Amino acid sequence: MGLMAGRTQSDGRKAVAASPAASATEGRESRRVVTVGSSRLSPMRWLLMLSALAVAAVLVLAICLRFGATPIGLAEELQIVSLALRDGQAGLEAAGADGVILLQVRLPRVLLAFMVGGCLAAVGVGLQALLRNPLADPYVLGISSGAALGAGLAILFGLTGTALAFSALPLCAMAGGLLSVLVVYRIATSYGYLPIHTLLLAGVILNAVCSALVMFVTSIMEPNRSFGMMSWLMGTLTAPDYPAMLVLAGYLLAGLLLLFRQAAALNLMTLGEESALALGVEVESVKQTVFFTSALLTGAVVSVSGMIGFVGMVIPHAMRLLTGADHRLLLPASALVGGMYLMAADTIARTLLAPTEIPVGVVTALAGGPFFIYLLASRKGRLA
Amino acid sequence: MNGASTTGPLAYAVERLRFRYDRAEADSPNGWVLDGLTFAVRPGEIIGILGPNGSGKSSLLKILAKVLSPQEGLVRLFDSELAGMPQRDVARSVALVPQESHLAFPFSITELVLMGRFPHHRRMLGLSGLGWEGPDDMRVAEEAMRETDVLHLAHRSVADVSGGERQRAVIARALTQEPKVLLLDEPTAFLDLHHQLDICAILRRLNEERGLTVILVSHDLNLASQYCDRLLLLDKGRAVRLGAPEDVMTPEVLEEVYRCRVLVDRHPQSGLPRVTLPGREA
Repeated sequence: MGLMAGRTQSDGRKAVAASPAASATEGRESRRVVTVGSSRLSPMRWLLMLSALAVAAVLVLAICLRFGATPIGLAEELQIVSLALRDGQAGLEAAGADGVILLQVRLPRVLLAFMVGGCLAAVGVGLQALLRNPLADPYVLGISSGAALGAGLAILFGLTGTALAFSALPLCAMAGGLLSVLVVYRIATSYGYLPIHTLLLAGVILNAVCSALVMFVTSIMEPNRSFGMMSWLMGTLTAPDYPAMLVLAGYLLAGLLLLFRQAAALNLMTLGEESALALGVEVESVKQTVFFTSALLTGAVVSVSGMIGFVGMVIPHAMRLLTGADHRLLLPASALVGGMYLMAADTIARTLLAPTEIPVGVVTALAGGPFFIYLLASRKGRLA
Repeated sequence: MNGASTTGPLAYAVERLRFRYDRAEADSPNGWVLDGLTFAVRPGEIIGILGPNGSGKSSLLKILAKVLSPQEGLVRLFDSELAGMPQRDVARSVALVPQESHLAFPFSITELVLMGRFPHHRRMLGLSGLGWEGPDDMRVAEEAMRETDVLHLAHRSVADVSGGERQRAVIARALTQEPKVLLLDEPTAFLDLHHQLDICAILRRLNEERGLTVILVSHDLNLASQYCDRLLLLDKGRAVRLGAPEDVMTPEVLEEVYRCRVLVDRHPQSGLPRVTLPGREA
């Protein structure tokens, strides 16, 4: 409706455009009626959209829980959940084998999928804004393969110790992710500042080097370990027990909040660094926060899920069509939808050839690739 | 047109400014883009920065907005040293309209304009927070959009408007910063005649009504002559002339800087200098 009004008025404007002074005054009078209120993100729209998505996420979760090698009906699902909520451990025992499958096998896995998908999508949003490139994601910059290399080395040397409630594997993956960001950042800032295309190029090269090293590490492993490594690399969700999961959830949430704090600044970063500076953004500090948070989040996520591609690229892309470009909504909305997307993808991975599982990374790539090509083809030259 | 005030602090005081890009060192022995520039701008003036390609015009403008930092020399903005000011404080008094605005993401025109409120957002406990725009922010943005005639485009995506409309929206964004100084890099470069006049009329009105100080970089000598109080002519990073259009736009000075012969006569309406390239002999 707003669009229509805009069009008629601009046509009217052309008709009286003979003298610039006259058209300017007349234009100003006739356009008094237009209000700009609805043409931006309002707190109300923000709240409504996120509430709707949160409800949708719970629904998707409930649906995904039903599917698996042993199908469980919705009524049964509700009964088990209410039993467990009411009576705790006793209720769980009363629920029998289905209860164990639902609450101790399937639920952790589905929740993990939600967390991983959400983080990948949010990190994608942050990196795309910084690089002003809707194609950027943790993989393009080599952060994921750096994290994978860290995790691969941990597996190779059989590191299993625990520090700060984290086992060695995620710590090594985060170190790997952080290290690769440092390398990329270092290369790119050797000129004194951080030109975006230099960063992308550095990421591509780092990605190639890390991938080669990961293959090398895999090739010299004992065969039984290298098989585990391979399936992990292809993207497989392995849920830890509930206490570890809680730590992971707290950690990821803290990272997401750090990203979200920069949402308003990210809007301005998409104008380019010089424009952002001129508008009062402390560009260097925003860049560092977002890069390092992204590296740590990606490292943690890769350690529990391996290499799951396309979520960080496709979800923000699609969400911009729905929510608009404002990062204050785009970031949390992408996180919720990314979570839902990966829950659904993992459910397909678990059930399609049950009892055999397909790596979820294969599902996201097969679903995301064509979708991405479709987006490119249907919006040629336009970036949405 | 001349709203320049003679009392109070100078809008800008620039002393012995030297600037080079880090990468330039290897390229030339004398890599200084700006080499010992000294000048002052009074509040309420319209200053035009002219000069051949590569004379350092755009770099100077970016230094004035603290987007680039000079290696040597001093820049004062209303008596405060620019180097010591937080970026946010600079953005509250100085707005920069860049030459080209590449917009990679589909913000609406209103959202683009509202970005100008960023330096005014309140921060609680060091958090930039969500920075929701209040009624005051909306009023300022709406006023700026009316001023630059983009209010009817409020709902449109920045990807769907013409170059001239986008340029006017970026000027609206700059006005939304409520600046005291407006810096513009080639504001009319990609516009047709009608929109060139539009932009110039807007700038002059803002200068007269709000006392806005305007510093613009331009290749268009005639436009600068008509609309600017004073002109700063740069060549190879040095100031060749600074003064009223009559003093700067003489055939001798222009020939020395641009290294080609030009004809200078008077504009039939304003009597200000008008530059014409030599034609075929009649």
